[in-house]
Amino acid sequence: MSDYFETFGLDRRLGLDTAALQRRFYELSRQWHPDFHQAAPPAEQARALEASARVNAAYRALRDPIARVEYLIRLEEGRETKEGATVKPKAPPALLAEMFEIQEALEEARAGALDETTRAVLAAQRDALRARVAETESRLAGPLSRAWDAAAPDQRSVALAALKEMLATRSYLKTVIDDLGAALGEGTEETHVANRRH
Amino acid sequence: MSRIVGIDLGTTNSLVAYVDDRTGLPVVIPDREGRRLLPSVVAFTPDGILVGEAARRQLARRPADTVYSVKRLMGRGWEDVKDDLRYLPFRVLPADGTVKLAVGGREVTPPEVSAIILRSLKERAEAHFGEPIERAVVTVPAYFNDSQRQATKDAGRIAGLDVVRIVNEPTAASLAYGLHRLGQGVIAVYDLGGGTFDISILRVKDGIFEVLATNGDTHLGGDDFDRVLLLWLLEDIQSRHHAELDRDCVDLARDNEAMQELRLAAEAAKVRLSSDERTTLSLPFERFTYHRTITRAEVERLIEPLVARTLGPCRQALADAGLTHADIDEVVLVGGSTRVPLVRRRVQELFAKMPHSQLNPDEVVALGAAVQAQILAGGIKDMLLLDVTPLSLGIETLGGIVSILIPRNTTIPTSAREMFTTSVDGQTVVDLHVVQGERELAKDCRSLARFELRGIDPMPAGMPKIEVTFLIDANGILQVQAREQRTGKAASIEVKPTYGLTEADVERMVEESFTYAEADVETRLLVEARNEADTVLTHVERALRQAGSLVGDAERRTIETAVTALRQARAGDDRDAIRERTTEVNHATEPLAERLMDAALKGALGTRRADEIMAPRPEGAS
Repeated sequence: MSDYFETFGLDRRLGLDTAALQRRFYELSRQWHPDFHQAAPPAEQARALEASARVNAAYRALRDPIARVEYLIRLEEGRETKEGATVKPKAPPALLAEMFEIQEALEEARAGALDETTRAVLAAQRDALRARVAETESRLAGPLSRAWDAAAPDQRSVALAALKEMLATRSYLKTVIDDLGAALGEGTEETHVANRRH
Repeated sequence: MSRIVGIDLGTTNSLVAYVDDRTGLPVVIPDREGRRLLPSVVAFTPDGILVGEAARRQLARRPADTVYSVKRLMGRGWEDVKDDLRYLPFRVLPADGTVKLAVGGREVTPPEVSAIILRSLKERAEAHFGEPIERAVVTVPAYFNDSQRQATKDAGRIAGLDVVRIVNEPTAASLAYGLHRLGQGVIAVYDLGGGTFDISILRVKDGIFEVLATNGDTHLGGDDFDRVLLLWLLEDIQSRHHAELDRDCVDLARDNEAMQELRLAAEAAKVRLSSDERTTLSLPFERFTYHRTITRAEVERLIEPLVARTLGPCRQALADAGLTHADIDEVVLVGGSTRVPLVRRRVQELFAKMPHSQLNPDEVVALGAAVQAQILAGGIKDMLLLDVTPLSLGIETLGGIVSILIPRNTTIPTSAREMFTTSVDGQTVVDLHVVQGERELAKDCRSLARFELRGIDPMPAGMPKIEVTFLIDANGILQVQAREQRTGKAASIEVKPTYGLTEADVERMVEESFTYAEADVETRLLVEARNEADTVLTHVERALRQAGSLVGDAERRTIETAVTALRQARAGDDRDAIRERTTEVNHATEPLAERLMDAALKGALGTRRADEIMAPRPEGAS
């Protein structure tokens, strides 16, 4: 079976023209959407349904630069199944050490009531972490993606490892942000639950 | 190939539409009397089943046997609806995986009731075209889950309709708008109907209608506005007239007929207050007439929390689409409840944009369904709707945690593959629990179905590799396939839907539906004439009791003569005679009715004419 890049007639590259991707998505949808195959024999209808589902999945995986990186890693590692079965990559040890203080503050927050000062500190830390998530995302979508595209075949595993580490950092930071939100009594926003696997 | 019609199966009203081949525009099919909306009401009377307007007139007369808002029960289990039931005058019972209604001495399921409405629309279309209609596109709220969609498809089958596509209401509306003025850009469709709320954000470009995100509440609509108003009125009546009520030991809240009268009056007042700043209610009871003026501001205070509940889903949909309100080019209002000025104000504030509603909000969904029907029939080739699944689909894993396979707002059709294996040596069956929802724990999500993968060859634990494909089709309905990878053989799947009817249930209902014949036209007209007579007789008796000195002997005799004549006619089967005698009674009591109203209103109501107040029956609806 072809991969999602091939579905869209693209090389396996992280840098791509999203406007062209959208145009191609609309073309392929017009070609395969079940709406246009209603009168076809059942076997052909089933084929259209499958192709259409594939086009939609491919577009979802490729349109967003972060999702694209996640998909590329899956593809390069030859993992077939989707998000559900993925082993969580480990966050870099340096980051874990750095977060130690916040984790401690979180433990305390869980144990007892929060005073105003601690609340303010935690909220400020969360804002700082959000800025760092944005930074990891722009590094993933920018220099790290370009590095993979430019890498010679024997350098690709290095470029891929850099992408994986940055993804792990991002997902770890997001977890801490969620925990901070929970400790601040804002609960985990519904968005985070649904988007965690995107 | 035969024609495909578009049907809006609404909570309050339903419609059928088609695209006119000559103009290329969608049009609503009216009934013989020219009425376009079919009230979604079904009455089970001893003489047969009544649908639509005829059934609507039974609401206050036969509350226990007249079903309205059945859409709120579609695809639902007992746990989902039991809190709603105290407001419904008909009996709802728990059943295996669904609920049943005990009405007219029989038990029916919500899809069977919906099927009666669909069949009526089918017949309407058949009378219009002079040919059988067997296929339809039917709309559902975008936020309907799998079971609610499946229930809607089942209703179609029971009615003898092949539902070739389930379309989401807000997206259908966008198609109708798109056909009229093909704009480009991002639009938000705010759809507040009788019982459900949806918000959909779409990008329209080159004839493609791509839904970016959708959200909503399948338990929020005009019905809820009516309910808060009803409860407020009830309290007011009880406090103002407690003396009369206590003397007769009347508990209004337990009087089904009075509550239905009150509900209809509340709904009518709500409708009037969309155009007027104030309105007057006048409700005759056994020993008193309740009347009062209600202002729009009063009702707005009551419904404000309900309207506020629509704003959260709007913000979530924007966030899911990765947009802010500034990215929205146009806001479209759909559904009768968007006529409420407060709703318009809040929507305008949220999106900082004047919403528009050039197309009739009651009809636009049906028109869009007709457009989708025409696309499927091959009659429109330049438009394509790419919709999304409203809720995340996942499976229950160890510890009751949900593993999401297909996140919400994924464009459909879509599929996800997942590998499963066994945990015990020689295991030949694997259970799967599929859920829908956004919560992390399976118990907080909506259980869709339990699957049993059977026929796995006995192997050591962990050896079998069963690939399961979950596919959500263009209707938003789940299909599941499984394959053992080593042997390549298809594993058999037994599906136990958590909510809804089994295949065998539907088969049986299709057969039974032919024996549940609707009352034929003659019988129906006779029943209607008798009901009308009963209503008039009740009112006249009450008027005569209240009149006292307002009626002279001669007038009283004239009225009594007319009443006796009507009673005799009513006992017979001559529908025309009943109608004529009814008119005569009406005529004879007209002067008295006016004097009674004037007496009741003197001083209290200022300058309103009595006939404005005399019309407690709502015409429009949400």
